[in-house]
Amino acid sequence: MIESPPVRIEMVSDPRYLGCIRELVLHAARQLGFQDKAAGQVAMAADEALANVIKHGYGERPDGKIWMSLTPLGDDAVLGSGIRIVIEDEARQVDPSCIKGRDLSDIRPGGLGVHIIREVMDEVKYEQRQGVGMRLTLVKWTNGRAARSAKSA
Amino acid sequence: MPDRVPIIVTLASLEGGAVTLSPEGEIGYHEAPAFRNAIREAYDKRPKRLIVDLSKVGYMGTPGVATLVEALQISKKSGVPLVLCGMNDRVRGVFEIAQLHKVFKMTPDLAGALVA
Repeated sequence: MIESPPVRIEMVSDPRYLGCIRELVLHAARQLGFQDKAAGQVAMAADEALANVIKHGYGERPDGKIWMSLTPLGDDAVLGSGIRIVIEDEARQVDPSCIKGRDLSDIRPGGLGVHIIREVMDEVKYEQRQGVGMRLTLVKWTNGRAARSAKSA
Repeated sequence: MPDRVPIIVTLASLEGGAVTLSPEGEIGYHEAPAFRNAIREAYDKRPKRLIVDLSKVGYMGTPGVATLVEALQISKKSGVPLVLCGMNDRVRGVFEIAQLHKVFKMTPDLAGALVA
């Protein structure tokens, strides 16, 4: 049986509501054991992802549907505790392999959102939903960065 | 129902021809257009130096950062120095991830920005 996430929100693609979603994710991440800096990064990743859906997916149309769920991930001996955020929409589908951050040496406005998301989260997965829209799964662990550093050392 | 102003931005002219632009609140995708308009208004005053005081900004997403990159491009074309000051750690973190902290002139406070 697939368990329902404890938090699931349906919102429209209207950027006025991004601020309250940031606050919600920030508080949820703190509640799940993230320190302020990491909780802020989780909230930022969600904010950037939702802004991308509104801007690129729905072309700034304010009435598109977006669903976001938050799920705590149980304590892992190495990774600590974690959070999984899933964002789904009914916007235009794109090939996930084409979703890339831009080259940072190219100093120009725009194109930074995907780079930030990949930088601050431990797992980032874009998929096409069955039939319509996209699904983005984001995961961050409280010890994710330390565990990665130890592994690569 | 009318939408409220997404972000308050105060402009002030200082002695010596510098102009400070002080946004208050959070600058995400919704607020960035108003921030962009305020920056253009600041350049229209033909300042000798433009200082963006971010001490009252609690959060900045990439749309806000992109607006400041646009400002930097205007500064380079017009020869008006641009200085960012008063960033909290959360906002500075975004610049660091994007490696833009090496590109902008940044100071901890307004006093430093006046002489940077």
